[in-house]
Amino acid sequence: MNPFLVTDCALIVMATGEKAVNIREMTDRIRRMDDPGIMYFHFWDCLLRPAFIDPEYQNDFASWVYHQLHDRRLAERLAILNPGVFSTMDQLRHKLIEIIEDRMDEPGFDQHIESDSPFFFMRSQIIVFDTQVRLESPETMGAYIRDMALGSVFYHFIDARRRTDSGKNDFTEWLWGWGDPYTTLAGELSEIDPYFKSLLEIREQLATVFARHLKEDVSHG
Amino acid sequence: MGNQLEQYVAVVGEAVVDQLHRLAKPLKGLRVVHVNSTRQGGGVAEILHWLTPLKRELGLEVSWEVVAGESSFYQCTKKMHNALQGNREDIHPALLRVYEETNARNFERLEDTLTHADIVFIHDPQPAPLLSLCPQRKGKWIWRCHIDASHPYRPVWRYLQRFVEAFDASIYSLPRFAQPMRHPLYIIPPSIDPLSEKNIDLTANEIEKATANYGIDIRRPVICQISRFDWFKDPVGVINAYRLAKGFGPPLQLILAGGTATDDPEGEEVLSAVQKAAEEDPDIHILLLPPDAPRTINALQRMADIVLQKSLKEGFGLTVAEAMWKGKPVIGGDVGGIRIQVVNHFTGFLVNTPEGAALRIRYLLTHKDRLHEMGERARAFILENYLLTRHLRDYLSVILALQSGGRDRITLN
Repeated sequence: MNPFLVTDCALIVMATGEKAVNIREMTDRIRRMDDPGIMYFHFWDCLLRPAFIDPEYQNDFASWVYHQLHDRRLAERLAILNPGVFSTMDQLRHKLIEIIEDRMDEPGFDQHIESDSPFFFMRSQIIVFDTQVRLESPETMGAYIRDMALGSVFYHFIDARRRTDSGKNDFTEWLWGWGDPYTTLAGELSEIDPYFKSLLEIREQLATVFARHLKEDVSHG
Repeated sequence: MGNQLEQYVAVVGEAVVDQLHRLAKPLKGLRVVHVNSTRQGGGVAEILHWLTPLKRELGLEVSWEVVAGESSFYQCTKKMHNALQGNREDIHPALLRVYEETNARNFERLEDTLTHADIVFIHDPQPAPLLSLCPQRKGKWIWRCHIDASHPYRPVWRYLQRFVEAFDASIYSLPRFAQPMRHPLYIIPPSIDPLSEKNIDLTANEIEKATANYGIDIRRPVICQISRFDWFKDPVGVINAYRLAKGFGPPLQLILAGGTATDDPEGEEVLSAVQKAAEEDPDIHILLLPPDAPRTINALQRMADIVLQKSLKEGFGLTVAEAMWKGKPVIGGDVGGIRIQVVNHFTGFLVNTPEGAALRIRYLLTHKDRLHEMGERARAFILENYLLTRHLRDYLSVILALQSGGRDRITLN
């Protein structure tokens, strides 16, 4: 088995200069701006930047609709959008427009509610680099994971969802290659919902899952 | 010197410092120039004082240049600063001439450095015309705007825009501060230095000493707000919140500490209004601090149970990050940069009125477990997001991005 190459990344946040103060402006901007980096930023990058830690409405659109427009119904529908199931960011963008338009068509929906805290459309650039750390076995990975940079956690656990064929994470894909003894571990790692935790907490949970499995394997072996 | 970065390992961990070294590796030997208008005083100089040596330590060839001029130059740039913040400040054409001529004179001195630099950071409006004077430049030029330019006074902005539009990129502290332009608009929030006098860990003894110096009773709850005596910081609102909360029983003490900026004629007026509002209440401690009292501020923040920053208008509000770093939940005004530091109900509370602040003070004092939990989360939040190592990483990342031609995904070899 090839060693696991630990990669790190850093995110550069950029403003597009576009903003929206009500739902009509928001829909208009989403329709007009088809840069996939914008969707990626507002759905995924929130895990790698300070604005995160909204336990209920985890993408920026849902969070803004809830906190600024106070439309709980639309916020709930937006919050459940799972970017991981869309093969392109453009498909996700169209789904987003569809959900908002459906809500706007509902009787009694007020399209004119404005927020004094606008939604700023953002995008990002990501810098990816090799850390030169090579992990030779699942055991060394388990021992190392608590020291892993948060950028690496983002790259291997979040960003991997758009890079890997399975749409899962790099740890799981690599562990699959080790065969039977590690299949359960690989599966459990892929079941961690990344949206309810900060990267620090995700790292902690990964380390806990590794520790438990590796200990069990030792005691069973 | 030489291994300053290593000192941060104990705070942020090895992985964070390693990451800085890796990001900087392809940038070794790059000639980077920062230009601003002062070497002492103000937030920009404060940043450059730590940023310059740390970038050097990472292998970049960094120089820090300062443009200097006569008093009319500073008069003009002060007006520009105010106008960018939204004040209606018309600037006389004669002053604008001084502004351009001063830049031209400074350029004669800096021409060689600026022409051959790989990356030039121009901080704020003062040196902005230098780019138009340097047609032979070989590097990328970035305008770093530290000012809240979300609602600039348009006539002045239009004048400045002629200069800044030509840059290769610009950087702002918050998305809402950014003005749409044709070049990339990067967002880099400010940061605090965990090893500075204002933020470094203090011994219990030192905190107790400060408590005794100011006559604070350590057995009773303390709330504090550290900020200039300025109407926008709403110190009178803080006193009202303290009174409303105390009316429900807790034996509260309030510390209002800060200075008055020398260039702020309103400072004295605000201070007397605050003293009047305090009505000689022995539990309200109004402390007028000298500008060089970072260790005292540190101790005051640490002795408090809760820190307030009840601003009505705020740029970024780094005192919030300072308090959070000390493990304190912050009750902050729902404005400006406070909104991105205080995650409502998680690292503190955002409030809009003295009544709202009083409610949250009472809540936290009666839910000590929540107070401690929020304080711990606040510290972790700052550790992840607002320490100078993150700030340095952002600067390196922007340089790498510009060197790589603006692709969405940049892979370093």
